[in-house]
Amino acid sequence: MSEKLVDIQNEKLSFFTPAGEVKALNDVSLYIRPGEVLGIVGESGSGKSVTAYSLMGLTAHPGRLTGGDIYFNGHHINKMTEKEMRRIRGNEVSIIFQDPMTSLNPVYTIGNQIREGILLHTKRSEKQANERACELLRLVGINEPEKRMKQYPHELSGGMRQRVMIAIALACEPKLLIADEPTTALDVTIQAQILELMMSLKEKLDMSIIIITHDLGVVAGMCDRIAVMYAGKVVECGTTDEIFYQPSHEYTKGLLRSIPNLYEKDHKKLVPIQGLPVDLLDLPEGCPFATRCPNCMKVCMKHMPEYTDLSDNHYSACWLLDKEKFMKKQRGALT
Amino acid sequence: MEDKKLVEVQHLKEYFPVKGERPFERKYVKAVDDISFYIRKGETFGLVGESGCGKTTAGRTILRLYEPTSGKIFYDGKDITHVNMLPYRRKMQIVFQDPYASLDPRMTVGDIIGEAIDIHHLAANSKERRDRIVELLSLVGLNTEHANRYPHEFSGGQRQRVGIARALAVDPEFIVCDEPVSALDVSIQAQVVNMFEELQERLGLTYLFIAHNLSVVKHISSRIGVMYLGKMMELADSYELTFHSVHPYTRSLISAIPIADPKTARAAQRIVLKGDVPSPVDPPSGCRFRTRCPYADERCAAEEPEWREVSPGHFAACHHLDRVKDEKPAIG
Repeated sequence: MSEKLVDIQNEKLSFFTPAGEVKALNDVSLYIRPGEVLGIVGESGSGKSVTAYSLMGLTAHPGRLTGGDIYFNGHHINKMTEKEMRRIRGNEVSIIFQDPMTSLNPVYTIGNQIREGILLHTKRSEKQANERACELLRLVGINEPEKRMKQYPHELSGGMRQRVMIAIALACEPKLLIADEPTTALDVTIQAQILELMMSLKEKLDMSIIIITHDLGVVAGMCDRIAVMYAGKVVECGTTDEIFYQPSHEYTKGLLRSIPNLYEKDHKKLVPIQGLPVDLLDLPEGCPFATRCPNCMKVCMKHMPEYTDLSDNHYSACWLLDKEKFMKKQRGALT
Repeated sequence: MEDKKLVEVQHLKEYFPVKGERPFERKYVKAVDDISFYIRKGETFGLVGESGCGKTTAGRTILRLYEPTSGKIFYDGKDITHVNMLPYRRKMQIVFQDPYASLDPRMTVGDIIGEAIDIHHLAANSKERRDRIVELLSLVGLNTEHANRYPHEFSGGQRQRVGIARALAVDPEFIVCDEPVSALDVSIQAQVVNMFEELQERLGLTYLFIAHNLSVVKHISSRIGVMYLGKMMELADSYELTFHSVHPYTRSLISAIPIADPKTARAAQRIVLKGDVPSPVDPPSGCRFRTRCPYADERCAAEEPEWREVSPGHFAACHHLDRVKDEKPAIG
């Protein structure tokens, strides 16, 4: 498990809007090993979806990669043409979107939409593709697949639609599945079904999964590693246990403190993170979290902290963790 | 907390007419079907359930934003099912779910809050009105200069604060909070939840807190009611409900909630319910939950379970309470 399936190095991505340059990603580095489940957590606007989309070459119009490299399974993603990208999309890497209500095409049948990817990427005939589609629907736990194939998205419930989305994503047995908030639009009992399904499919098909979510509960039960993002930067990354039991970045700590725990026996007050999320149009010079951080120091306002390694997997970008570098910078800041 | 009932509903029903499959056929969505509960003065009563279970409809019907199909609503001991609501609008208010849709984009924040003051003639002159708006803004943690801005200039959390300030403008006693934090980011959610708690302490408010997130509801509420397909399934003290639930639906709902603690999450025994919530137009016969219930038998299909008091203050509607009780809950 040492080789990397995905390797994102110092990715920078901006959206050039009329209001100015929105710096969505600022120096994102991430990797995923084969067979691993990586969780990306963060608030809205932290760049978690943008990271995943750029991995599929799906950056929307005013957005442009302004630096860094993305490698996936031996491909150099940001050097590939659209034609080459198409061969990978839905074949080696697929994605499940957040809202199953809008991400299926309402004017095509379910069968048609599942078949599309199979016919495009494999040498199956129409009939074989149909059989494969039925098999996929059965795999994701949909009864009477032959009947469902002829139905349209509006005839299915939200949970069913998300299952269909998963079936489409898995049609060509991808090496990597990106799930962008796969259960946010669903009810908790349906969410439990979908998450369980994803985990069992991961075992069966031996793929890697990236789960993007803002729900720390979802990642706690599923992921091997977690990356916490804030203002277009991975502020902390480590194994699930490290993130939950030894959080080192102030933002991670704040997030963990601010969620109510169902199993708490007595009533404790929540400790919210103060202030507002950062404005990506006008990023501060130093650490983006500085203005909301309870332990903010002078150096934080001026200089971006570098990563400090806390273990083989665990690293975090905070000045509090690295006394030596901090002292050097502090002296520099003063003179 | 006083032991006085501030709000009470008895056998409340709210049906919405829909088109049937055949022409001229009328069918009804039984959004709320015979629920009864009361809210004590100064407490927070939580209402949880999945989408389509009727929790929002229940909240809105209590405020008479929908006219109830049948049943009775009492406020402070008086029957308000058929009275003119205007005097009660000063006492009962609502905070809506979506802070992006519930504020008029063409009005400044000051006017949004001021509208309520104007309608109820709560300010004698424009200076008094302005002072009141400033006071309300500072109460919810916003600045004076925010009064002249428009909703689009605010973030989701700030907008929800404006919605709360609007509800507070008439000095209400009772506020229906309809999913007030579900559209917000986690770090902002905690800010707003804390603010609800602080305002309750300061102003002595009573809340009906509606949400689908049981963790949040449990955190803020003293008692919780669990709804499924328009029916109340279980009602108890929030501690009792979390740790000693007796209804199979409540138990599966609790076990379905992702636990933000990896070790507990790995060890937890999940009860994963099969299938989807049935349509409220044709709900299952007998017990509404029977199609997804692991305990269901013929009796559940034939007769509707009775609403019983299991222990003092703890109610549930299920035929198999004894069987469920013997089994260990997912956590505890």
